[in-house]
Amino acid sequence: MINPTPQELSLEKLRAGDRAEMARMVDVFSAPVYRLGLRMLGSPQDAEDVLQNTFMNALTHLSEFEGRSSIATWLYRIAANEALMLIRRRKPEVNIEDLQADDPDAGLMPTQFVDWSGLPENELLSEEGKKALDAAIQTLPENLRMVFVMRDVEGLSIKETADALGLTGTNVKTRLLRARLHLRERLSAYYAERSQHLIREDKNDGS
Amino acid sequence: MMDHNHVNCETLLGSLSEYIDGELSPELCREIEKHLAGCDNCRVVLNTTRRTIDLVQSPAEAVPVPDEVRERLFKRLNLDDYLKPKSQ
Repeated sequence: MINPTPQELSLEKLRAGDRAEMARMVDVFSAPVYRLGLRMLGSPQDAEDVLQNTFMNALTHLSEFEGRSSIATWLYRIAANEALMLIRRRKPEVNIEDLQADDPDAGLMPTQFVDWSGLPENELLSEEGKKALDAAIQTLPENLRMVFVMRDVEGLSIKETADALGLTGTNVKTRLLRARLHLRERLSAYYAERSQHLIREDKNDGS
Repeated sequence: MMDHNHVNCETLLGSLSEYIDGELSPELCREIEKHLAGCDNCRVVLNTTRRTIDLVQSPAEAVPVPDEVRERLFKRLNLDDYLKPKSQ
Protein backbone atom coordinates (compact mmCIF):
# COMPACT_ATOMS: atom_id res chain seq x y z
CA MET A 1 0.00 0.00 0.00
CA ILE A 2 1.09 3.52 -0.72
CA ASN A 3 1.45 5.31 2.61
CA PRO A 4 -1.71 7.17 3.48
CA THR A 5 -1.15 10.91 3.47
CA PRO A 6 -1.41 12.67 6.85
CA GLN A 7 -4.42 14.57 5.62
CA GLU A 8 -5.96 13.54 2.30
CA LEU A 9 -4.89 15.88 -0.51
CA SER A 10 -7.76 17.64 -2.24
CA LEU A 11 -7.74 16.95 -5.96
CA GLU A 12 -10.29 19.68 -6.42
CA LYS A 13 -8.02 22.28 -4.80
CA LEU A 14 -5.00 21.00 -6.72
CA ARG A 15 -6.79 21.22 -10.04
CA ALA A 16 -8.05 24.70 -9.19
CA GLY A 17 -4.41 25.77 -8.77
CA ASP A 18 -4.40 26.13 -4.97
CA ARG A 19 -0.69 26.78 -4.34
CA ALA A 20 -0.80 25.86 -0.64
CA GLU A 21 -2.24 22.45 -1.59
CA MET A 22 0.41 22.06 -4.31
CA ALA A 23 3.15 22.77 -1.75
CA ARG A 24 1.58 20.16 0.51
CA MET A 25 1.54 17.60 -2.31
CA VAL A 26 5.21 18.31 -3.02
CA ASP A 27 6.11 17.79 0.65
CA VAL A 28 4.09 14.58 0.94
CA PHE A 29 5.63 12.94 -2.13
CA SER A 30 9.08 14.47 -2.53
CA ALA A 31 10.84 11.86 -0.37
CA PRO A 32 9.60 8.81 -2.33
CA VAL A 33 10.23 10.54 -5.67
CA TYR A 34 13.74 11.55 -4.57
CA ARG A 35 14.50 8.01 -3.36
CA LEU A 36 13.25 6.55 -6.63
CA GLY A 37 15.61 8.88 -8.50
CA LEU A 38 18.48 7.98 -6.20
CA ARG A 39 17.92 4.25 -6.58
CA MET A 40 17.41 4.41 -10.34
CA LEU A 41 20.24 6.80 -11.24
CA GLY A 42 22.62 6.22 -8.33
CA SER A 43 23.64 9.87 -7.85
CA PRO A 44 22.18 12.66 -5.68
CA GLN A 45 22.52 15.16 -8.55
CA ASP A 46 20.49 12.97 -10.91
CA ALA A 47 17.98 12.22 -8.15
CA GLU A 48 17.45 15.97 -7.74
CA ASP A 49 16.85 16.31 -11.49
CA VAL A 50 14.25 13.52 -11.34
CA LEU A 51 12.63 15.24 -8.34
CA GLN A 52 12.45 18.67 -9.98
CA ASN A 53 11.33 17.38 -13.40
CA THR A 54 8.65 15.17 -11.85
CA PHE A 55 7.00 18.00 -9.93
CA MET A 56 7.44 20.54 -12.76
CA ASN A 57 5.69 18.08 -15.03
CA ALA A 58 3.03 17.22 -12.45
CA LEU A 59 2.15 20.84 -11.63
CA THR A 60 1.97 21.69 -15.34
CA HIS A 61 -0.43 18.82 -16.02
CA LEU A 62 -2.50 18.88 -12.84
CA SER A 63 -5.52 20.30 -14.62
CA GLU A 64 -5.50 17.30 -17.01
CA PHE A 65 -5.25 14.69 -14.23
CA GLU A 66 -8.61 12.97 -14.17
CA GLY A 67 -8.18 11.12 -10.91
CA ARG A 68 -8.65 7.66 -12.42
CA SER A 69 -5.63 6.52 -10.42
CA SER A 70 -4.54 7.91 -7.07
CA ILE A 71 -2.33 11.00 -6.96
CA ALA A 72 0.46 8.77 -5.64
CA THR A 73 0.27 6.33 -8.56
CA TRP A 74 0.09 9.24 -11.02
CA LEU A 75 3.19 10.85 -9.49
CA TYR A 76 5.08 7.55 -9.46
CA ARG A 77 4.25 7.14 -13.16
CA ILE A 78 5.67 10.58 -13.96
CA ALA A 79 8.71 9.96 -11.76
CA ALA A 80 9.38 6.59 -13.43
CA ASN A 81 9.23 8.20 -16.88
CA GLU A 82 11.52 11.03 -15.83
CA ALA A 83 14.00 8.56 -14.34
CA LEU A 84 13.98 6.35 -17.45
CA MET A 85 14.43 9.37 -19.73
CA LEU A 86 17.43 10.47 -17.70
CA ILE A 87 18.90 6.94 -17.78
CA ARG A 88 18.57 6.90 -21.57
CA ARG A 89 20.35 10.23 -21.74
CA ARG A 90 23.08 9.23 -19.29
CA LYS A 91 23.61 5.70 -20.56
CA PRO A 92 22.41 5.47 -24.17
CA GLU A 93 23.93 1.98 -24.45
CA VAL A 94 21.48 0.55 -21.90
CA ASN A 95 18.61 -1.34 -23.43
CA ILE A 96 15.78 -0.74 -21.01
CA GLU A 97 13.35 -2.96 -22.88
CA ASP A 98 15.29 -6.13 -22.14
CA LEU A 99 13.05 -8.83 -23.55
CA GLN A 100 14.26 -11.37 -21.02
CA ALA A 101 12.75 -9.33 -18.19
CA ASP A 102 9.39 -10.99 -18.61
CA ASP A 103 10.64 -14.48 -19.34
CA PRO A 104 9.70 -16.40 -16.19
CA ASP A 105 12.48 -18.94 -16.72
CA ALA A 106 15.38 -16.63 -17.44
CA GLY A 107 18.25 -16.49 -14.98
CA LEU A 108 16.48 -17.65 -11.86
CA MET A 109 18.66 -20.50 -10.67
CA PRO A 110 20.52 -19.60 -7.45
CA THR A 111 24.19 -20.52 -7.20
CA GLN A 112 25.01 -19.09 -3.74
CA PHE A 113 23.89 -21.09 -0.72
CA VAL A 114 25.58 -19.37 2.21
CA ASP A 115 23.00 -18.62 4.91
CA TRP A 116 23.89 -15.10 6.03
CA SER A 117 20.33 -14.33 7.17
CA GLY A 118 21.28 -14.78 10.83
CA LEU A 119 24.05 -12.18 10.80
CA PRO A 120 23.43 -9.42 13.36
CA GLU A 121 21.82 -6.11 12.29
CA ASN A 122 24.95 -4.14 13.19
CA GLU A 123 26.88 -6.19 10.63
CA LEU A 124 24.19 -6.07 7.92
CA LEU A 125 23.42 -2.38 8.41
CA SER A 126 27.00 -1.22 9.00
CA GLU A 127 28.33 1.44 6.61
CA GLU A 128 30.02 -1.33 4.66
CA GLY A 129 26.90 -3.49 4.63
CA LYS A 130 24.77 -0.61 3.37
CA LYS A 131 27.32 0.14 0.65
CA ALA A 132 27.21 -3.49 -0.47
CA LEU A 133 23.40 -3.36 -0.58
CA ASP A 134 23.37 -0.10 -2.58
CA ALA A 135 25.97 -1.47 -4.99
CA ALA A 136 23.95 -4.68 -5.43
CA ILE A 137 20.79 -2.68 -6.22
CA GLN A 138 22.74 -0.71 -8.83
CA THR A 139 23.66 -3.95 -10.63
CA LEU A 140 19.99 -4.75 -11.31
CA PRO A 141 18.94 -4.13 -14.92
CA GLU A 142 16.85 -0.92 -15.03
CA ASN A 143 13.51 -2.56 -15.78
CA LEU A 144 13.88 -4.97 -12.86
CA ARG A 145 15.22 -2.25 -10.57
CA MET A 146 12.23 0.01 -11.24
CA VAL A 147 9.79 -2.71 -10.18
CA PHE A 148 11.92 -3.63 -7.18
CA VAL A 149 12.21 -0.01 -6.00
CA MET A 150 8.47 0.59 -6.25
CA ARG A 151 7.38 -2.68 -4.68
CA ASP A 152 10.07 -3.48 -2.10
CA VAL A 153 11.66 -0.13 -1.30
CA GLU A 154 8.59 2.10 -1.49
CA GLY A 155 6.05 -0.56 -0.57
CA LEU A 156 3.58 -0.17 -3.44
CA SER A 157 1.27 -3.12 -4.09
CA ILE A 158 1.61 -5.27 -7.21
CA LYS A 159 -1.40 -3.47 -8.70
CA GLU A 160 -0.11 0.01 -7.89
CA THR A 161 3.29 -0.87 -9.39
CA ALA A 162 1.60 -2.29 -12.50
CA ASP A 163 -0.57 0.83 -12.87
CA ALA A 164 2.37 3.20 -12.44
CA LEU A 165 4.51 1.36 -15.00
CA GLY A 166 1.83 0.36 -17.49
CA LEU A 167 2.61 -3.35 -16.97
CA THR A 168 0.40 -6.33 -16.23
CA GLY A 169 0.37 -7.74 -12.70
CA THR A 170 2.00 -10.91 -14.06
CA ASN A 171 4.87 -8.89 -15.56
CA VAL A 172 5.37 -7.10 -12.26
CA LYS A 173 5.47 -10.40 -10.35
CA THR A 174 7.95 -11.94 -12.79
CA ARG A 175 10.24 -8.91 -12.68
CA LEU A 176 9.97 -8.69 -8.90
CA LEU A 177 10.98 -12.33 -8.46
CA ARG A 178 13.94 -11.91 -10.80
CA ALA A 179 15.02 -8.72 -9.07
CA ARG A 180 14.82 -10.27 -5.60
CA LEU A 181 16.75 -13.38 -6.66
CA HIS A 182 19.39 -11.29 -8.44
CA LEU A 183 19.91 -9.13 -5.34
CA ARG A 184 19.96 -12.15 -3.04
CA GLU A 185 22.62 -13.74 -5.22
CA ARG A 186 24.79 -10.60 -5.12
CA LEU A 187 24.45 -10.13 -1.37
CA SER A 188 25.12 -13.83 -0.77
CA ALA A 189 28.37 -13.61 -2.74
CA TYR A 190 29.32 -10.53 -0.73
CA TYR A 191 28.55 -12.08 2.67
CA ALA A 192 30.22 -15.39 1.74
CA GLU A 193 33.44 -13.47 1.12
CA ARG A 194 32.89 -11.24 4.14
CA SER A 195 32.47 -14.20 6.51
CA GLN A 196 35.77 -15.65 5.22
CA HIS A 197 37.40 -12.33 6.16
CA LEU A 198 35.84 -12.41 9.61
CA ILE A 199 37.00 -15.97 10.20
CA ARG A 200 40.53 -15.01 9.13
CA GLU A 201 40.46 -11.94 11.43
CA ASP A 202 39.29 -14.12 14.34
CA LYS A 203 42.10 -16.58 13.71
CA ASN A 204 44.68 -13.80 13.57
CA ASP A 205 43.34 -12.30 16.80
CA GLY A 206 43.59 -15.68 18.50
CA SER A 207 47.18 -16.42 17.50
CA MET B 1 18.56 -30.04 -4.22
CA MET B 2 16.07 -32.89 -3.96
CA ASP B 3 12.86 -33.40 -5.80
CA HIS B 4 9.99 -34.78 -3.75
CA ASN B 5 6.29 -34.17 -3.11
CA HIS B 6 4.55 -32.03 -5.70
CA VAL B 7 6.82 -29.07 -5.20
CA ASN B 8 10.41 -29.33 -6.41
CA CYS B 9 13.17 -26.72 -6.20
CA GLU B 10 12.24 -25.17 -9.50
CA THR B 11 8.55 -24.77 -8.74
CA LEU B 12 9.41 -23.41 -5.30
CA LEU B 13 11.68 -20.84 -6.88
CA GLY B 14 8.92 -19.76 -9.27
CA SER B 15 6.53 -19.21 -6.34
CA LEU B 16 9.08 -17.78 -3.92
CA SER B 17 8.03 -14.12 -4.19
CA GLU B 18 4.36 -14.90 -3.77
CA TYR B 19 5.11 -17.23 -0.89
CA ILE B 20 7.09 -14.49 0.89
CA ASP B 21 4.32 -11.97 0.23
CA GLY B 22 1.68 -14.36 1.60
CA GLU B 23 -0.23 -14.53 -1.66
CA LEU B 24 -0.44 -18.31 -2.10
CA SER B 25 -3.26 -20.67 -1.18
CA PRO B 26 -2.90 -22.58 2.11
CA GLU B 27 -2.61 -25.85 0.12
CA LEU B 28 0.33 -24.60 -1.92
CA CYS B 29 1.96 -23.15 1.21
CA ARG B 30 1.74 -26.56 2.86
CA GLU B 31 3.36 -28.21 -0.18
CA ILE B 32 6.10 -25.62 -0.17
CA GLU B 33 6.71 -26.06 3.55
CA LYS B 34 6.94 -29.83 3.07
CA HIS B 35 9.60 -29.27 0.43
CA LEU B 36 11.45 -26.72 2.60
CA ALA B 37 11.60 -29.16 5.51
CA GLY B 38 13.70 -31.54 3.40
CA CYS B 39 15.71 -29.13 1.25
CA ASP B 40 18.53 -27.13 2.87
CA ASN B 41 19.35 -25.09 -0.23
CA CYS B 42 15.77 -23.91 -0.73
CA ARG B 43 15.59 -22.95 2.97
CA VAL B 44 18.74 -20.85 2.56
CA VAL B 45 17.36 -19.19 -0.57
CA LEU B 46 14.10 -18.39 1.24
CA ASN B 47 15.81 -17.04 4.39
CA THR B 48 18.31 -14.90 2.52
CA THR B 49 15.69 -13.56 0.09
CA ARG B 50 13.48 -12.56 3.04
CA ARG B 51 16.46 -10.91 4.74
CA THR B 52 17.34 -9.04 1.53
CA ILE B 53 13.84 -7.55 1.41
CA ASP B 54 13.97 -6.69 5.15
CA LEU B 55 17.24 -4.84 4.63
CA VAL B 56 16.01 -2.58 1.84
CA GLN B 57 12.91 -1.79 3.89
CA SER B 58 14.82 -0.98 7.07
CA PRO B 59 14.46 2.60 8.35
CA ALA B 60 18.22 2.99 7.92
CA GLU B 61 17.62 2.91 4.16
CA ALA B 62 14.92 5.62 4.20
CA VAL B 63 16.80 8.61 2.81
CA PRO B 64 15.15 11.96 3.53
CA VAL B 65 15.23 14.85 1.05
CA PRO B 66 18.14 17.10 2.09
CA ASP B 67 16.98 20.59 3.16
CA GLU B 68 18.89 22.38 0.40
CA VAL B 69 17.39 20.04 -2.22
CA ARG B 70 13.90 20.81 -0.90
CA GLU B 71 14.67 24.52 -0.98
CA ARG B 72 15.85 24.41 -4.62
CA LEU B 73 12.79 22.34 -5.56
CA PHE B 74 10.34 24.86 -4.06
CA LYS B 75 12.18 27.71 -5.81
CA ARG B 76 12.09 25.92 -9.18
CA LEU B 77 8.33 25.35 -8.72
CA ASN B 78 7.77 28.98 -7.71
CA LEU B 79 6.42 27.77 -4.39
CA ASP B 80 9.18 29.28 -2.25
CA ASP B 81 6.66 31.32 -0.25
CA TYR B 82 5.53 27.93 1.16
CA LEU B 83 9.04 26.78 2.11
CA LYS B 84 8.39 27.00 5.85
CA PRO B 85 7.13 25.28 7.91
CA LYS B 86 8.04 21.85 6.47
CA SER B 87 4.61 20.31 7.05
CA GLN B 88 1.45 21.03 8.98
